Amino acid sequence: MNKSQLIDKLAVVTNQTNKVAEGSVNIFFGNIKQALSSGDKVEIRGFGSFFLKKYESYMGRNPKTGAKVLVPKKNLPFFRAGKDLREKVNE
Amino acid sequence: MVKADIVRSIELQMGLSHEEASQQVEQILEIIKNSLENGDSVLISGFGQWKVRSKKARVGRNPKTKDEYEISPRKVVTFYPSNVWRNELQKQANKG
Repeated sequence: MNKSQLIDKLAVVTNQTNKVAEGSVNIFFGNIKQALSSGDKVEIRGFGSFFLKKYESYMGRNPKTGAKVLVPKKNLPFFRAGKDLREKVNE
Repeated sequence: MVKADIVRSIELQMGLSHEEASQQVEQILEIIKNSLENGDSVLISGFGQWKVRSKKARVGRNPKTKDEYEISPRKVVTFYPSNVWRNELQKQANKG
């Protein structure tokens, strides 16, 4: 399923226009991204949680040439499935 | 941030009632969960993808008692952030 299919389904089940469903979906994912960017974490009961892990820069090596390269610092988002989702998927 | 914050945001930005905004959020979650439950991955461009992976049975050990037991085969949900989002966060991390 992709985003436009999610929007179509949402519009049908909630009896709203596609425009409303599209707005909701964009705000939903936009809010999660904003929260993580500002250092907050996101917890949605039954679904899961999103959090950011911070990685410092380090000297790495190109495994092919052996040349030293500086790997810049980075932040990566992680998702941990909640209990309800974990159980549903594993049924 | 919790679900109620997203509901509030949709309420204000979309001009929906609290009930309608709440329904939008609940159903977004429900549709995503149902898709994953059916083993179908969910791809949101600019955000990421959830995939269902099957894990094989393996032998586990209780670290305290060293007892061996079998960890049953299972399905797990894994989230892969999109490259677009990763790049945005990378830029942010290296700013200032």
